[in-house]
Amino acid sequence: MDIVVSKLSKSFGTNQVLVDFNITFPEQELTCLMGPSGCGKTTLLNILMGFILPDEGSVRGVPKLKSAVFQEDRLCESFNAISNIRLVCDRKVNTDKIISHLKKIGLKDSLDQPVSEFSGGMKRRVAIVRSILAKSDVLFLDEPFKGLDVETKKDAMQYLRDNMQGKTVIMVTHSIEEVKALNGRLITMSNSI
Amino acid sequence: MIFIMKNSYSGRRITEKIFAVVFALLVWQAGAMLLNNSMLLVTPITMVRRLFSLCLESDFLSAVSFSFIRIVSGFLVALVIGSILAGIAGKIHLAEVVIWPFIVTIKSVPVASFIILCLIWLSSRSLSVFIAFLMVLPIIYTNMLQGIKSTDNNLLEMAELFNVNWLKKLKYIYLPQLKPYIISACSVSIGLSWKAGTAAEVIGIPEGSIGEKLYEAKVYFSSGDLLAWTFVIILASITFEKLFLFLLKYFFKGLERA
Repeated sequence: MDIVVSKLSKSFGTNQVLVDFNITFPEQELTCLMGPSGCGKTTLLNILMGFILPDEGSVRGVPKLKSAVFQEDRLCESFNAISNIRLVCDRKVNTDKIISHLKKIGLKDSLDQPVSEFSGGMKRRVAIVRSILAKSDVLFLDEPFKGLDVETKKDAMQYLRDNMQGKTVIMVTHSIEEVKALNGRLITMSNSI
Repeated sequence: MIFIMKNSYSGRRITEKIFAVVFALLVWQAGAMLLNNSMLLVTPITMVRRLFSLCLESDFLSAVSFSFIRIVSGFLVALVIGSILAGIAGKIHLAEVVIWPFIVTIKSVPVASFIILCLIWLSSRSLSVFIAFLMVLPIIYTNMLQGIKSTDNNLLEMAELFNVNWLKKLKYIYLPQLKPYIISACSVSIGLSWKAGTAAEVIGIPEGSIGEKLYEAKVYFSSGDLLAWTFVIILASITFEKLFLFLLKYFFKGLERA
């Protein structure tokens, strides 16, 4: 089922972020949202994820099983990478599977250490694996490759490409290379929307 | 190099503390010698001698265990009920409003008033349980509620999005967030529970308690007994505090490793 956003408006005080915004996210496809800072990309994701309510308009077709890579990593800092992923997974996802996914994205060492001791890039990759291993029909990615170096970013993009099939994916990004590499449909948002 | 500096710094602090304790003992000794009246103040050596003789008395262990069981029970019950109430108040605003006057009253009413009131309601044997409970409850409740309120909203949103169940939320989000609040509340309230619990026993004079021994020391003007029993109370309080905090920290470590 497609996710359909109709006549969506949202403002924070006097700042109108979204005005009469319409968009359709086709089922099982990757849609990339690009645009300048403050144009409402993250606000739109937050509305789709159910964190904030719109002032006007409607959102239909958002599946119940959702998954995300947030702008911040949102990891439980005192737990290790495996525990952080286990938190959102059902029992079918065992430790071996988690470790194999972490290895695919280039995380081989320090798996038993709390993520508070991880670098920003390592945390980001844990968040990406978590979003993939959680059972979901829709995947929200808010600048998922932020803070990754060139090589790691390549691995992470490859990992996402290999594992996001069958899901509706909505990605916020500032990089056209990421859109091309993941072969997504590009929607450009502007402040005047 | 840093390691050596740290070691020498902690060594210096220990030396300073030993010096301070020795100085305090010397002041005590000098004061007792100046007064020269064992009814008013005994010397530290006399107190230690009395402490050893107390330990050999037949009812020493039973008095210590009588008070220990009751005061610790009061503390543990307050820990459980305070945590549950804070959990409910953190979730339901109305509950926080309803609980608020009770907590404020318990906090502001003098402990002596509670003791006398409880003596009318309860037997003196269970008085220290209730008083320790009353003294600990507001501290646990207030700290836990503050901890719950300051839980990272980003993590709660994440858990909501991923449909994380409440048990996992408790283990991965709430408990690690509450850890400093629980530890600080317990470390403050354990000492307080002992102070209030023994005060209740001195007023209620339950048979076979430390409070009764303190009361007898007062009746017979025996400052040696008074100081020896006080030392026993401090020792029991510190031992329980260290043991409990060690177990609490061990629990949190195990939780993070699991």
